[in-house]
Amino acid sequence: MDKFTKLTAVAAPMPIVNIDTDMIIPKQYLKTIKRTGLGVALFSEMRYNEDGTENPDFVLNKPAYRNAEILVAGDNFGCGSSREHAPWALKDFGISCIISTSFADIFYNNSFQNGLLPIVVSPENLEKLLDDASRGANATISVDLEAQEIRGPDGGVIHFEIDPFKKHCMLNGLDGIGLTMQKQDEIASFEGKLQNDRPWI
Amino acid sequence: MSAPKTLYDKIWNDHLVEQQPDGTCLLYIDRHLVHEVTSPQAFEGLRLNGRKVHAPSKTLAVVDHNVPTTDRRFGIEDPESALQIETLAQNAADFGVEYYSELDRRQGIVHIVGPEQGFTLPGMTIVCGDSHTSTHGAFGALAHGIGTSEVEHVLATQTLIQKKAKNMRVNVDGKLPAGVTAKDIILAIIGQIGTAGGTGHVIEFAGEAIRGLSMEGRMTVCNMTIEGGARAGMIAPDDTTFEYIYGRPRAPQGRAWDMALDYWRTLPTDEGAFFDSEIRLDAADLPPIVTWGSSPEDVVSISGVVPDPDQIPDENKRISKWRALKYMGLTPGTRMTDVKLDRIFIGSCTNGRIEDLREVAKVVEGRSVNANLSAMIVPGSGVVKEQAEAEGLDKIFKAAGFDWREPGCSMCLAMNADKLAPEERCASTSNRNFEGRQGFKGRTHLVSPAMAAAAAIAGHFVDIREWR
Repeated sequence: MDKFTKLTAVAAPMPIVNIDTDMIIPKQYLKTIKRTGLGVALFSEMRYNEDGTENPDFVLNKPAYRNAEILVAGDNFGCGSSREHAPWALKDFGISCIISTSFADIFYNNSFQNGLLPIVVSPENLEKLLDDASRGANATISVDLEAQEIRGPDGGVIHFEIDPFKKHCMLNGLDGIGLTMQKQDEIASFEGKLQNDRPWI
Repeated sequence: MSAPKTLYDKIWNDHLVEQQPDGTCLLYIDRHLVHEVTSPQAFEGLRLNGRKVHAPSKTLAVVDHNVPTTDRRFGIEDPESALQIETLAQNAADFGVEYYSELDRRQGIVHIVGPEQGFTLPGMTIVCGDSHTSTHGAFGALAHGIGTSEVEHVLATQTLIQKKAKNMRVNVDGKLPAGVTAKDIILAIIGQIGTAGGTGHVIEFAGEAIRGLSMEGRMTVCNMTIEGGARAGMIAPDDTTFEYIYGRPRAPQGRAWDMALDYWRTLPTDEGAFFDSEIRLDAADLPPIVTWGSSPEDVVSISGVVPDPDQIPDENKRISKWRALKYMGLTPGTRMTDVKLDRIFIGSCTNGRIEDLREVAKVVEGRSVNANLSAMIVPGSGVVKEQAEAEGLDKIFKAAGFDWREPGCSMCLAMNADKLAPEERCASTSNRNFEGRQGFKGRTHLVSPAMAAAAAIAGHFVDIREWR
């Protein structure tokens, strides 16, 4: 799994609430049997016109934000479907960090599986970061996962909370399956007890 | 004596393989449903690492998202869909997982198939790479959606790494008025708590109106829990639950049934158990509900009007709701009953069960679909389809001018050929009215099956309470 440690990058503002996973990647791109190459599909319905050309008004099509690696977005980002294609598309486009006031549960978990860091901040701090992000390519934002800090272009520091286990896995690029495979004995002993207590399962 | 526990607490505790001091847990998974869209990369991961499926008998694979709802005996036309479906068939065969193909009479939407086959049982932990896995909570199971990496984790280990969510209880007191259904209950709840209102929580639905629902109605309520942001929704198992399960193909039998029943009766929340938050609704106050925007929280009574976003104090939210209205092509103040429709979709894991189809048949029998629209009915599974045909419902639908299709997810997410054209307006019994959900620039209004049926006849929304 990809690691995440520190990042200094342009941040794109998307002050829309409830950005759902159908918006992040529409279903026609879910017919793939691969994880790769989904960056072109990111935000497809907002990003492209009906004839396939780019919509110049969409934030990630503006020159200042084409290389953005951070998204600053409205509340409840990633709601809806469980499709992991959403974090795959974001990562493939080049986004490695999303800042919002809240994330939908499944999207939040999926992000950690892919080295995509979701950060929850207060509504006041989100407003501040949306302002910073709206200043374009000259104003970068720095994220330090170890220190749990976001630094704005003017040096202001925002501290954020994160689950210690998720942080540990992200900093070290640890794969959950590898960790759990080391618990084979515990799983076998649970299954033994289950067979006795609830044999119909 | 131990502290009183909630239904969620009890199932959680009974599935703990291990707990770390920081609260990170390894949770055992009793049932895993797999479909073609979110599983290919997970099986690929197993292959790359030389891993096996840990418990094939606790895993069931079904095609649903991608299958056409036309006759499938002559193959699947779309090459990408065909490849994804073939990939699931091959993966199931290679890893020893039971598989229902598009030609199997038991095939259907995973969340309809699981309960129907008795694969879903009370007290279980159930996962699937699909957010609407919350449906299975109707049986008093802990059921939720997961991403593809977690699908791979469950395939390889039959466990998930999890932290416990908070407990929330939603009480729906009293009795539902005529014409108001399970769908209206859950839409009203989402309207009240918002789409992020349940984030970080598992919701238990309780109260007289919930107890009074059939299993089909309970599944509708739990199905849309995810639209309120909760990890899972649950309803305590009772005699209604046990009667539904008894005799199903994979339900326990004989001595195992008695043993299971004894266990299931211990599951309901103890008197005095702690909930982090609790809300209360009175069923008697609920109207039939229609959504007006592009989020399931955008609800209004059928007797109401399109709301004015300028009344919203929060700026980001106000702008987002104006964006939704523009997308939907509606103006504030328009009466919902004046909104005309182009398409009707009846089906999905929310409302594609036999009871839903019976409700539709009651409304449309002896009438005709409005000449200005087209209407399709997609049964949730082959078993539902057979049952509907045995009851003669298909004849009622076809005589009225409905298109009667083969089972699958269909236009709920429009991955197959069933989709809206740009700006087409649809009354849908599904679960999401997101932008583009039912087709690029398509406009979706979520309603109950009876409301969708009445709209199909009238050509516009009607108050089902006044339907004669």
